Amino acid sequence: MSEEIVFDCLHAEIVNYCLNNSKDQHDLATLEYIGFTTGYRLIERLTRDVTRFKDELETMKFICTDFWTLIYKKQVDNLRTNNHGMYVVQDKAFRFLTRISPGAKQLEQAPKFVAFTCGLVRGALSNLGINSTVTAEVQTIPACRFHIEVNRS
Amino acid sequence: MAFCIAVIGKDNAPLYLATSDLERELDLQYHVHAALDVVEEKCLVGKGAPESKELYLGLLFSTENHKIYGFVTNSRVKFIVVIDSSNIALRENEVRAIFRNLHMLYTDAVCNPFYIPGEQLSSKKFDRAVQKLMSGNA
Repeated sequence: MSEEIVFDCLHAEIVNYCLNNSKDQHDLATLEYIGFTTGYRLIERLTRDVTRFKDELETMKFICTDFWTLIYKKQVDNLRTNNHGMYVVQDKAFRFLTRISPGAKQLEQAPKFVAFTCGLVRGALSNLGINSTVTAEVQTIPACRFHIEVNRS
Repeated sequence: MAFCIAVIGKDNAPLYLATSDLERELDLQYHVHAALDVVEEKCLVGKGAPESKELYLGLLFSTENHKIYGFVTNSRVKFIVVIDSSNIALRENEVRAIFRNLHMLYTDAVCNPFYIPGEQLSSKKFDRAVQKLMSGNA
């Protein structure tokens, strides 16, 4: 528990840093980019002892189980796909949102706490050879849903 | 004693190359380049052979004077090691250990926030460690 709080604090500081320095409070691009570079580098380390992934779905499963466990100390609650490059990852108690009390006012602030993770997932997938767009959706705190759309070209 | 360690990026661009014998560097580079085709062949998707799921690819090919080993990470970065055929001290297990160490060094280098992914690896720390790895085995 004690070592987990460090990550939470760091994340909160990153969010603060990114949004305080920019004029626009809704500018999440920097935050997402920090996540992207982090994920891109981190996945290299996390997949060190993992066998090669057979396909896209296997990669997604790795993200939802091992990757999520290593970062958020829990697995995602649900992974769904339409088999056409659209994946929906649901986390019913997303780590960065669990410390926020539920409410309409707090819900407005939710996007800045999920932007980093969107980038993190996008970066990890990108280094594994999957070009994707990741968006997040928060309907009620602390549940969060990530939509991963694979860009095939 | 020739010994060469190369790191090749996702798009087959060389990221790093170290040889123990500067005079034969070009010759060794040719071997590394030739090995890339074999690596590609071994990594073809759809092959269900269990050994193809491992990151370590084993002996890619051998010529009269050299043996070439390969390794591909999950992010499609390739490591190639060229050693002398006469070098009998390096067996399968030792080569495996070299790759494991190399992978560890590479991940450390990539996690450096000042390194831009896809650029040449110019980290001194990485270079020193690889040189040490070479001198320890050659």
